[in-house]
Amino acid sequence: MDLDLGAPHSLGTTIIGVTYDGGVVLGADSRTSTGMYVANRASDKITQLTDNVYICRSGSAADSQVISDYVRYFLHQHTIQLGQPSTVKVAANLVRLLSYQNKNMLQMGIIVGGWDKYEGGQIYSVPLGGTILKQPFTIGGSGSSYLYGFFDQAWKEGMSKDEAEKLVVKAVSLAIARDGASGGVVRTVIINADGVTRNFYSGDSLPLWHEELEPHNSLLDILSSGSPEPMST
Amino acid sequence: MEMAAVKDSAILESGTERTLYPYVTGTSVIGMKYKDGVILAADMGGSYGSTLRYKSVERIKHIGKHSLLGASGEISDFQEILRYLDELILYDNMWDDGNSLGPKEVHNYLTRVMYNRRNKFNPLWNSLVLGGVKNGQKYLGMVGMIGTHFEDNHVATGFGNHLARPILRAEWREDISFEEAVKLLEKCLLVLLYRDRSAINKFQIAKITDEGVTISQPYALKTNWGFSAFQNPSKGAEGSW
Repeated sequence: MDLDLGAPHSLGTTIIGVTYDGGVVLGADSRTSTGMYVANRASDKITQLTDNVYICRSGSAADSQVISDYVRYFLHQHTIQLGQPSTVKVAANLVRLLSYQNKNMLQMGIIVGGWDKYEGGQIYSVPLGGTILKQPFTIGGSGSSYLYGFFDQAWKEGMSKDEAEKLVVKAVSLAIARDGASGGVVRTVIINADGVTRNFYSGDSLPLWHEELEPHNSLLDILSSGSPEPMST
Repeated sequence: MEMAAVKDSAILESGTERTLYPYVTGTSVIGMKYKDGVILAADMGGSYGSTLRYKSVERIKHIGKHSLLGASGEISDFQEILRYLDELILYDNMWDDGNSLGPKEVHNYLTRVMYNRRNKFNPLWNSLVLGGVKNGQKYLGMVGMIGTHFEDNHVATGFGNHLARPILRAEWREDISFEEAVKLLEKCLLVLLYRDRSAINKFQIAKITDEGVTISQPYALKTNWGFSAFQNPSKGAEGSW
């Protein structure tokens, strides 16, 4: 394998942030890998910064955790000084500041999503290098490669909360089907004026895609149910 | 750069290619002897790097009347091995002497092939599991890409070595029945599905007895995500996993 130190590479994950009419939906898979081994099959990649701002983390688990700890600490102080909840824009820019100023040492892609009373629901993308881009929706992580075509076709302006969440769950589930570095369950966090809702969609409740089969408890159940030609020579 | 120079001179000198790294790969194969014969299991995934590109790859095939071959590693090399074995079985049949190659013989042939290729620095990038029954004698062996080979009551390739073999060591018995063997293999397959990045939820289980070979239709297993700890793992420790 050639060592191309210049090429950015996104590491195991699928993360998504989507705005809808009234707020945002953040989604992620739950697989953390060390090499080819799945170190944690039920991780939580959507992390809270404040009551109204959450982030999706991808790339190095360590880098994204420590940066989110710093940003949470700064935002906490900022909230006290300001006397009211900080805006999503400030949270995103703090993430950018740390990412940009330490770009040579950090390897992480972050999606910042939240709701504030001035701008409503917002999604900011902060990829490798520390660029900041406000977007109606964004995708990240290694699994996102499989979703560009999907979102080009399926994304629409002005979706409802349920439509947006369904889109996110479907997308993460599609990425999990093809990306070896993504897997496990689909977690979503919905943020709007009313507050925050966490949801959890596990393997068996997700739809089956191409070449995926209905799960069974065991081959023995299939054999004993006497279905035609369960075994062949 | 260094690597390119070595590659160029290898091609210029030999006029042929040599395998440097695998492209489309299959993951673990697990196998064990049971009361009536030998049973093998593998998933049906063909990964292309980290992409789960092909999802109906049959990685267990029967060889002649008496053997089953399961392979992990580069799929194109496995297909080439099947061609070699086709020829081997054909020539054996042409003798028309009532004798047929048993699993022990096929295993030995494969060992020679793999080892000789390794000596030429052009390996077949596979780990093979060879199981079979002849005249009531059960046989189960393994051959690696560098020619390492051995026989045992239960074997596994790739991640299966680390995740499945400990389970097999603890729960395998000489007189294990077919049903118990299937359940034991499925226990191993589930762990591999949870913990091996390149595993997919689509399996085939194959058995071989003195009567013959049967390979199951593809099927999927139910996975368990219902632990309460999975619901909200970072409760009480925001920013952690």
